[in-house]
Amino acid sequence: MEYIFSLEFIYFIASITYILGLKMLGRPETARRGNLLAAGGMTLAILGTIFLYQGEVSNFVYILIAIAILFGTVVGWVIAIKVKMTKMPELVSLFNGMGGASAALIGLIEFHHYSGEALSTSTILGGVIIGSISFSGSMIAWGKLNGTFNKPIRLPKYNLINNIILVGIVLFAVFMVYSGTNSELYLYLLFFAALAYGIMFVFPIGGADMPVVISLLNSFTGLAAALGGFLYGNMVMLTGGILVGSAGTILTFAMCKAMNRPLVNVIFGGFGDTGGTDEGKSSTIIGDIKKTTVSDAAILMNYSQRVIIVPGYGLAVAQAQHAIHELEQILINKGIDVKYAIHPVAGRMPGHMNVLLAETNVEYDKLAEMDDVNPEFKNTDVVFVVGANDVVNPAAHNDTSSPIYGMPILDVEDAKQIIVNKRSMNPGYAGIENELFYNQKTSMLFGDAKTVIQELISELKGM
Amino acid sequence: MNELIDFISNNLQMVYIVILMIFVGVEVIGNVPAVLHTPLMSGANAIHGVVIIGAILVMLGVDPDNILALSLGFVAVILGTLNVVGGFVVTDRMLEMFKKKK
Repeated sequence: MEYIFSLEFIYFIASITYILGLKMLGRPETARRGNLLAAGGMTLAILGTIFLYQGEVSNFVYILIAIAILFGTVVGWVIAIKVKMTKMPELVSLFNGMGGASAALIGLIEFHHYSGEALSTSTILGGVIIGSISFSGSMIAWGKLNGTFNKPIRLPKYNLINNIILVGIVLFAVFMVYSGTNSELYLYLLFFAALAYGIMFVFPIGGADMPVVISLLNSFTGLAAALGGFLYGNMVMLTGGILVGSAGTILTFAMCKAMNRPLVNVIFGGFGDTGGTDEGKSSTIIGDIKKTTVSDAAILMNYSQRVIIVPGYGLAVAQAQHAIHELEQILINKGIDVKYAIHPVAGRMPGHMNVLLAETNVEYDKLAEMDDVNPEFKNTDVVFVVGANDVVNPAAHNDTSSPIYGMPILDVEDAKQIIVNKRSMNPGYAGIENELFYNQKTSMLFGDAKTVIQELISELKGM
Repeated sequence: MNELIDFISNNLQMVYIVILMIFVGVEVIGNVPAVLHTPLMSGANAIHGVVIIGAILVMLGVDPDNILALSLGFVAVILGTLNVVGGFVVTDRMLEMFKKKK
């Protein structure tokens, strides 16, 4: 019976909740329970760590811990509840950075307790380096998604400089381990160098690739937590950390695959580069675009039988998710078959669009995934593209020089009529022209997504 | 090299766990629909908040007169809690919206 109440047993249970929780998060029906299960396991592990600790601890320290946890809980809870759904990706990045910073701080404190022990020191330094990179990188990613740093800023030869810094950091850490130094100066030097690397690593990467970066940094933080587990021989940190490190890596690759962007391209540049070069110019399309008006678009929709809505980043930015749901309801009430075609990377993160639309109570089965919906476009009367660009760019199929060539796209050009809502003719993330807009079947409906959709709604109501 | 072999044999249990957990992580994420990528990332994000256990252990083990270590540990616990609580709550909020309509 004693074993049941031991810390090891609690950690064992917690580890299992993480595995089961993560597994359940992979299916829509069980996802929410999975998250709560893992949260329960975490609470158990935290309480166990505090109350079953073997050793003398002054009340003062206990009070400090209680204050810290209470403060973190209230602040974390309030931020998580208050944030708008469109701001979700930056929030994940922010919380990820907190975890990384926590791991780095642990290393900073524990360093001199273990000086001279090569393996413990390497574990600690590893935690400091990875945690710091994850922290500063996440903060930059957060700022980028927030719109604080819009443009990717690139120093000349930034890849070379970054790699030199990284190699320098690793070599310096190796030197610290072998020399058995206990110099705090060296430790903080390493800490700040890793922070700087995190900033320089994320800064040149464009906003469109931030989800991949966040996912990557997420698995970094997992690794940093696991290193902490190694240091203390703490099983729950080890299992939780490695699990996230491994799952996060796979998730990163899955996201890259959905965007058809090799991870190497994301990290070492790619998108946006080609836009300004000759290669980009060669694919410039000559032709006229056809503009349409709200009432013409409304008439077109009113007299169709099947409408597919393709929501994109622009819809999320304009916060038009409620408006589009209303439009969908009106069309359905008129007996029109309406669906949403969701590209895997629509919105600001894979799956983000589903979250946004789910928020407005769009029925889950109205959201069609790319592979399921693509054959349906040819039987569709009107495709309404709202604020999406690269994910419907036919260049991905037929222009080998295009930076997005090979990316799976929604084949909207198969439909009978295409209405594209955009704010302007500005190119999307990839910075390339979209020949879809010049297609004879396409009519452009310029304007802010929310305004345009609301106008469409009032037109349709009057019909 | 000897040190490494010593380390592995001394910590065989942990080495086992690391290797098995890598496979479990890969297995668990395989075949997840893209729809759930964001909540999954967010949930995984909350789970690596387990680093808070380390932060608590630091605080519990630290000499109460060492103000620097104590304050760094204090900050580490706050940051870890933010990661855990914020991560799970925000994931729950995302998933709440996936519930099917009656």
